[in-house]
Amino acid sequence: MPVFDLSHTPLRALNGALHGLSTGANDTEFEVVNPRGHHAVAVGIDSPVTVEVRGSVGYYCAGMNDGGTVTVHGSAGPGVAENMMSGTVVIEGDASQYAGATGRGGLLVIKGNAASRCGISMKGIDIVVHGSIGHMSAFMGQSGHLIVCGDAGDALGDSLYEAKLFVRGSVKSLGADCIEKEMRPEHLEKLAELLDKAGVTHAKPEEFKRYGSARKLYNFNIDNADAY
Amino acid sequence: MSYHNPHTPPRKSATFDDHTMAEIRRAAATGIYDIRGAGTKRKVPHFDDLLFLGASISRYPLEGYREKCDTTVTLGTRFAKKPITLKTPITIAGMSFGALSGNAKEALGRGATIAGTSTTTGDGGMTDEERGHSQTLVYQYLPSRYGMNPRDLRRADAIEVVVGQGAKPGGGGMLLGQKISDRVANMRNLPKGIDQRSACRHPDWTGPDDLEIKILELREITDWEKPIYIKVGGSRPYYDTALAVKAGADVVVLDGMQGGTAATQDVFIEHVGMPTLACIRPAVQALQDLGMHRKVQLVVSGGIRSGADVAKALALGADAVAIGTAALVAIGDNDPKWEEEYNKLGTTAGAYDDWHEGRDPAGITTQDPELAARLDPVAAGRRLANYLKVMTLEAQTIARACGKNHLHNLEPEDLVALTMEAAAMAQVPLAGTSWYPGKGGF
Repeated sequence: MPVFDLSHTPLRALNGALHGLSTGANDTEFEVVNPRGHHAVAVGIDSPVTVEVRGSVGYYCAGMNDGGTVTVHGSAGPGVAENMMSGTVVIEGDASQYAGATGRGGLLVIKGNAASRCGISMKGIDIVVHGSIGHMSAFMGQSGHLIVCGDAGDALGDSLYEAKLFVRGSVKSLGADCIEKEMRPEHLEKLAELLDKAGVTHAKPEEFKRYGSARKLYNFNIDNADAY
Repeated sequence: MSYHNPHTPPRKSATFDDHTMAEIRRAAATGIYDIRGAGTKRKVPHFDDLLFLGASISRYPLEGYREKCDTTVTLGTRFAKKPITLKTPITIAGMSFGALSGNAKEALGRGATIAGTSTTTGDGGMTDEERGHSQTLVYQYLPSRYGMNPRDLRRADAIEVVVGQGAKPGGGGMLLGQKISDRVANMRNLPKGIDQRSACRHPDWTGPDDLEIKILELREITDWEKPIYIKVGGSRPYYDTALAVKAGADVVVLDGMQGGTAATQDVFIEHVGMPTLACIRPAVQALQDLGMHRKVQLVVSGGIRSGADVAKALALGADAVAIGTAALVAIGDNDPKWEEEYNKLGTTAGAYDDWHEGRDPAGITTQDPELAARLDPVAAGRRLANYLKVMTLEAQTIARACGKNHLHNLEPEDLVALTMEAAAMAQVPLAGTSWYPGKGGF
């Protein structure tokens, strides 16, 4: 297993090694030690590699991940797994702002809490947060699922498109055009599937409420100006 | 004998002119502000207010068609492993598939490729046709991140992080539902037929310190190969340029208020941002103060129409220019041959700016298959290539007359201004004097 010690190995060497691995490559399991809050750790992965990061990372860890499995044994700075295409990213600790921003696929699991704007502009990613999330989460969320086992902050799902939001605890307030919606069997089924994938054992699907778009702001109407 | 009281002719208000009053009535009737495409329509100080001095006893000219006047430009020399070299410093600005038809994007790619320059994607992502027809393609990285994916990032020749644009510094955009075809909707991960908001700021960074880290991420993902541009609207050009350099840009793209947009509120287009002419010198000053002029390249856009405009922008210190509206006109936008159809839309050729409505008779700003089919991308691409070549020749003509063997050798010293405003903005002397406002404390 290749080990990259970021206390003396340049970031470029790590990311370069993770890119463009040919099919059938022998080394597909990587370990990163001493990340020391480095930014852009394990970004642009484009093959099914596994990366274990032993410590906390800065901005944009696993950014644009496409097929890799990245586990951070620590906490993550802003924009973890931003624009993920596919694969899995697991944060054992907490995540800062914009976790999973604009993600188009894959699964992001945050075992601690996530700060504000979690899942902002999400475009197909599934995000499961074991703890709570901050304000303005899923802002302009287009598609995908955001599951929160704890509480959500202010203005959840503001200007939401078609992303589906599930919160087990309290929601401080809903954003413009975001409403509570009926929980149907297919939603419970999806919840059960994602909770299982994310290793959540302390919460049951029936304990969640579902939130989504009222679709009143989908086409501009001057009479809705007060909502913006 | 009868006596007639003399009457003065009816007098209209300069403040409440016909256009203003019509707009008040329109707003009162509809309850919505006016949304339109293109850039500012008001008259602002521009390159027309500058003149070249040409050669004289103290400077000798170069022979037209004989002595070489180089036009090549290389962008991205600061950090990128693979800078791009263009035959002409006139590039094609970012315009989206969605705002423009597929045929229009193809025409831009074809024309730019024949002329040896680059074209640029827009909000909505990269299409295969666009990549295929553009030898050098700049990939815009926008706040909405519609269609954004690392595969396209890697198959681009350069990356342009869009912070703002001249038509609407500080504003996002809206692609109205009627232009959202199945393909556009699919590329943007949104349902068909709904208005698509393009965000005004990036979702995962705010401020120059974050931007520096974002650029680091983009470089790491693309293995430091691609030149990274930062595009800003003409707002605070000195500080925006300095901050872009600080954040790690290879190239700064600066777009003045004459730069077009696919759709924005008229009040925004006309009242926010600065004219292109007012933006160039502060940006160049910032680069010079940082010791980065010609190391970080400056691309200027917004109202570039001719080789004279190109030469003037370069003389003021730009390394290259970008054209958007002019390129659309070259491929067929607002062509009088569609006058009857423009009339049916309540407008006239030359004034058509409802690009957001998708009913463009010229088949350019539309997703309607029948309208789009009116534009032959091969012939339109040829027209664009011709136009780019004419502009390049015009710029060379002027440069040779000033005794320069490369367009980049043009200097502010080669220029004078026709008006006080232009003299102040361009910081070149008022014609016939050695003075401009601000010089010597006056």
